[in-house]
Amino acid sequence: MIVKTTVERGAYYDSVSLMKAAKELNAMHGVVDSAVVMATKENKGIVRSSGLYNGALDKAGDNDLVITVKARDQKSADAALEKAEELLMKKSAPARGGVRGGVKAKGLDNALEILGGANMAVISVAGRFAGKVAMDCLDRNMHVMLFSDNIPLETEIELKKTALKKGLLVMGPDCGTAIINGAPLAFANAVNRGGIGIVAASGTGLQEVSTLISNEGSGISQAIGTGSRDVKKEVGALTLIQGLKALAEDKKTSVILIISKPPHPEVLARILRETAKIKKPVVSVMLGGDAKLPEKKDFYSARTLEEAALKAVYVAKDGNAHKAKERLFDMNTASRNAAAAAAGNKTGKQKYLRGLFSGGTFVSEAQIILRDLVGPLWSNVPMDKKYRLANSLKLRENSVIDLGEDEFTVGRPHPMIDFSLRNKLIISEAGNPETAVILLDVVLGYGSNMRPLEDLLPAVRTAFKVSRTLSIAASVTGTEADPQVRSKVVEGLRQAGVLVMPSNAGACRLAGEIIRIIKRKS
Amino acid sequence: MAVLKLFESELKVINIGLESFKDSLDDKGVKAVQADFRPPLDHDPKLLKKIRANASKISAANKSALGRILNSKPALVGLNRAINVIPGMKKDLILHAGPPVKWAEMCGPMRGAVMGALIYEGLARNEKESEKLAASGRIKFSPCHEHSAVGPMAGIISASMPVFVVKNEEYGNYAYATMNEGLGKVLRYGAYSPEVIERLKWMETVMYPALKRAVELLGRVDLKAITAQALHMGDEVHNRNRAGTSLFYRAIAPAVIRTASGMEQAASVLEFINSNDHSFLNLSMALSKACLDAARNIKYSTVAVVMARNGTEFGVQLAGTGDKWFTGPAPVPDALFFSGYTKEDANPDIGDSAITETNGLGGFAIAAAPAIVQFVGGLAADAVGYTMAMYEITAGENNAYQIPNLDFRGTPTGIDVVKVVEKGILPFIDTGVAHKKPGIGQVGAGVLSAPPEPFVKAFEYFANKL
Repeated sequence: MIVKTTVERGAYYDSVSLMKAAKELNAMHGVVDSAVVMATKENKGIVRSSGLYNGALDKAGDNDLVITVKARDQKSADAALEKAEELLMKKSAPARGGVRGGVKAKGLDNALEILGGANMAVISVAGRFAGKVAMDCLDRNMHVMLFSDNIPLETEIELKKTALKKGLLVMGPDCGTAIINGAPLAFANAVNRGGIGIVAASGTGLQEVSTLISNEGSGISQAIGTGSRDVKKEVGALTLIQGLKALAEDKKTSVILIISKPPHPEVLARILRETAKIKKPVVSVMLGGDAKLPEKKDFYSARTLEEAALKAVYVAKDGNAHKAKERLFDMNTASRNAAAAAAGNKTGKQKYLRGLFSGGTFVSEAQIILRDLVGPLWSNVPMDKKYRLANSLKLRENSVIDLGEDEFTVGRPHPMIDFSLRNKLIISEAGNPETAVILLDVVLGYGSNMRPLEDLLPAVRTAFKVSRTLSIAASVTGTEADPQVRSKVVEGLRQAGVLVMPSNAGACRLAGEIIRIIKRKS
Repeated sequence: MAVLKLFESELKVINIGLESFKDSLDDKGVKAVQADFRPPLDHDPKLLKKIRANASKISAANKSALGRILNSKPALVGLNRAINVIPGMKKDLILHAGPPVKWAEMCGPMRGAVMGALIYEGLARNEKESEKLAASGRIKFSPCHEHSAVGPMAGIISASMPVFVVKNEEYGNYAYATMNEGLGKVLRYGAYSPEVIERLKWMETVMYPALKRAVELLGRVDLKAITAQALHMGDEVHNRNRAGTSLFYRAIAPAVIRTASGMEQAASVLEFINSNDHSFLNLSMALSKACLDAARNIKYSTVAVVMARNGTEFGVQLAGTGDKWFTGPAPVPDALFFSGYTKEDANPDIGDSAITETNGLGGFAIAAAPAIVQFVGGLAADAVGYTMAMYEITAGENNAYQIPNLDFRGTPTGIDVVKVVEKGILPFIDTGVAHKKPGIGQVGAGVLSAPPEPFVKAFEYFANKL
């Protein structure tokens, strides 16, 4: 075994390019492990703990690129280092004629020169730089979508206060998705335009709700992301309230939908004071908490993303939510029927469901739905702390885990892009004789995995080979207009034997019903 | 409210970070531009807050520094011996390129050039004697830049060497540089063999008197005008000086002929200038030095007035920090090498010629010089890219030096060290490359980004003083 390392001084690459390169190196013959990272203190720690450290790293700093490879022999190591250079060079040297769709600006000011009147900055640089970049953009009177995470809370507050004074939006940090004037920003789906305006503190929640609305035939006017910490006490929902005010005045918005985790009580009170002023119907879903919001005239609350989406659609159409309740009832029945058919073949040992999620909000929604059907669930992000898994990868009884948590994503692409970790778990959980149902989310849209079937189906097929009586329930968050095309993905999964439901809530109900039927039988 | 206005306007996005986010916008037909992002140079973030708190003072000082650089009127007004005109010049003093360096730390080519100069001055007879004398402590060394002078490569100036006298007619300060010796085995690359010394002697006895009389007859040669024209003719006046040399030749030739002691003297001097495309380099350096020295000692200014290398270290001085040098290790340029040589042979970056970049020329003006884009990747677009990046770190644009290819936009001028640190974009220099051993000469030409350390040190020193 041999560890070889090169350090390139002053060569900066974004982490996604680096992770892609590392992924390709690891797939090379003779390569045991590799890291392609900027030599920050944290990254050096990771490199050290993976046994990839080499004295050459001692002097390397934040702005130096480190490529380090553990390989079976010298030749494989050399080949991998060469490959890494090639992959990264390709990235940094655009083809003749510049980058796709025009020139690449040398910096912010150059970009402003090229694109006169730029009004939105989408920022996804590493967190430790992103706050400064965002402030530079606000200084130049641009609204900001801050995809980056790991930004200090004080910085978030400073940015949002500065923005508020200037009448600018700061969506984020850690804002995965937004749709402004019909344009999908970062991880967004291609949805219909329409009269429903969304303010969301949850990226996955926003994707699920906006696609459900679109698939139901309605559309979105604007979808403003706030970042998940916006509803914390310290931030006080600055962006959420700013978004509500804007949507309240926006002529193209007829119904406003709020998606959030349970806010701090003081913050919730502020939000409710604001919604009381709005002369348009408001639908609200605050996932994960037990706080029940009172329904009154023009104020609707929902327990699930699906319910919120349907209520918004029918309130916009009919002025009330009666139809939404009928639709929900129908969808419930469909889940139950599918469950009855799927539960029949289970062995006596198969008792539990295993939810393997890439979207954090889906794990919250799953727990809300499933605890009523199967009782409390073990998780790495449990609603009740008693049920925290000791080891996030050791699932027990009924479990749902969020693979997008930081513990899984350091130095690795997000599970919506890179399915490899989840694929391993699908196969290992299928091999567990107690597993009756595996529950999955598949998120489509811009920024997500562009070949979900190619990457997921091999694991699904292996899982069914390992356990012929296994059920796999899934939802596919997306639309026909998404680059992956929802119907193609759904069809591919169904042909492989996956039970695909129209929403995450539907897939959860299906999985829960299967477990309930098994329980009743035994 | 501005958010509502956003809903009613066309969305125009600047994407900073993951390029795939821009691709999706392209697919949707949304106007979007990808802005390159580089992390800032490593620095103490508290200092940036101090800088921000003083932003208006700094900005006013930088405006003033840039104003002085741009208003400068450099002209060649004479030639003379170093000892007669260079402030502080002494018989036992050798001036060299870059920041201060002791004999023991000097790189090969600089040592070779020092030895050659001692032989040239008659202070030593051969290699052995000159090496011994240089190491003895009896010879003093000092940077050209501390004596209003500049020198390419090793940048060696000794007492009896003839120098160009360039006057900044706007502010009255002077700058000095030797005459260019041509390519091949030359003193500035550390060669000191008899043929090198012979050429220097010929320059002293034949060329110097001829040019001195010619400039006396003309009174002045406007160097700013020549440089501005040279940029329109494909020079950036650091690595390409063909147009500048031709224009200088046109300006000086009649006067050389009129004042020469004979036809042969005139012909040999004009032939020498004509055969050396780099004849103008020493003038472009001296004129840059004259402009930048006029911007010295402006309190609160973060504009660089010197970038210079001694083959060991890269040094920077700022308008607002007096005579203090900020240094870091000099990198080896990324170069195209003459046949028979490789990067292994290359000396780390050397010479005062980065004064041209400091003045908005050289690498900063490379978009004006398509003939030498082989040094920067082979595409004219690459050269434009390098110049465009330099606009991000400069205080402003030049009023005289323009780039035809950018619709005659002024070159990026006045390097602002705060922008360099904040944006992580380092000054871009195109340069010749010396062999690391003395006596061999030039082995290639290429480009490099300045090293980060001097800029971070300058930034931190400046901010701490606020």
